Amino acid sequence: MSYVTHADLGGQEGHGRVLPEPEGEIFHAAWEPRVLALTLAMGATGLWNIDQSRSARETLSDYAHLSYYEIWFAALQKLLAERNLVLAEEIAAGRALHPAPAVQRVLQAADVPAALAKGSRTVRDIDAPARFAVGDTVRTRAVRVAHHTRLPGYAMGKLGTIEAVHGAHVFADAHAQGQGEAPQWLYRVAFDGRELWGNDTAPGLSVTLDAWESYLERA
Amino acid sequence: MAHDHNHDHSELGEMDLRVRALESVLTQKGYIDPAALDVLIDTYQTKIGPRNGARVVAKAWIDPAFDDWLKRDASTAIASLGYSGRQGEHMVALHNTPQRHHMVVCTLCSCYPWPVLGLPPTWYKSAPYRSRAVKDPRGVLADFGVSLPEGTEIRVADSTAEVRYLVIPMRPAGTEGSSEEQLAALVTRDSMIGTGLPLASQP
Repeated sequence: MSYVTHADLGGQEGHGRVLPEPEGEIFHAAWEPRVLALTLAMGATGLWNIDQSRSARETLSDYAHLSYYEIWFAALQKLLAERNLVLAEEIAAGRALHPAPAVQRVLQAADVPAALAKGSRTVRDIDAPARFAVGDTVRTRAVRVAHHTRLPGYAMGKLGTIEAVHGAHVFADAHAQGQGEAPQWLYRVAFDGRELWGNDTAPGLSVTLDAWESYLERA
Repeated sequence: MAHDHNHDHSELGEMDLRVRALESVLTQKGYIDPAALDVLIDTYQTKIGPRNGARVVAKAWIDPAFDDWLKRDASTAIASLGYSGRQGEHMVALHNTPQRHHMVVCTLCSCYPWPVLGLPPTWYKSAPYRSRAVKDPRGVLADFGVSLPEGTEIRVADSTAEVRYLVIPMRPAGTEGSSEEQLAALVTRDSMIGTGLPLASQP
């Protein structure tokens, strides 16, 4: 099966200049905060995890043509429809037409501050020792995978240096596929700009990314 | 339960109607508490924003022990000021120096340290920023009207996992007598992402 992400934008040309905004501007339409809140509240039900949400967003075929919160809204509908929880005809009708399977949790107003303050830590204890140490030279995976992943295309097959060991974290690739947390060691890896973009890149650029152990081979 | 959006039904566009429809369906199905949505929105509109991060930076500037704590264990140091939780569970502070300037991006989506900076601005989530920050950060800085000395190394952190990054900009010159509160007022949101500098250091 093929898996196409439309969100892997690092290094792409032709998107134009960045348009700065004043500090207080967060939303640009009245429906945008509702979509944010609906997404957070539905995330709290435990019906899906954050990596499944990201996967739902990045695989929207019209991703490039949607605004940010349009992407969130489309992905929320997709996650609900895939589970037969809310069907398109119900959104068209504006009311529930089918029975609702029970969910584990419903986020109540009084519980919001505590839920946000708690967050969802992704660090886990694992038995396996870390394969790499700070200063090690590694090469990133050079092949594409047919599922959600967090290794950007521009950093595939590149030489980098381990800069920090973050501990073992829930592995996004497995988590997004509903395969459990499968925690792995996570590293901050630094890459020289010329390694990523070629030798005519201006000196003085380096990029770091956070890479799970299975993205990396010793070099 | 209906919501008062403070405007006429006639003003509502297609997205307003669709979002309202989904909210109604989810409420009827018992999956959401509409009042929880209001609390979530109020939290990110009025309680959690970049003034939190500015307080972290200002404290780092005046308190060397706190600054050292930030370098060793930013999550705990930042939580000591009351900022923790969703999208800031695992924090790392990136200190700018005369030799190295840090900039933060999420090329794959929109990962951003919510407890200290609030919700990300539109440009942070946009294709222009996400595509160019890792390849042409000086060009991006130019879009913000920022120019760094030629020899300054630029280190771009792409937030590809659940670790979140806060840039600690350099303390502006001439602020030796300033209070923590006065210093915090100089710390812009963009200076904590690395696309800007603190106010006093810009003539």
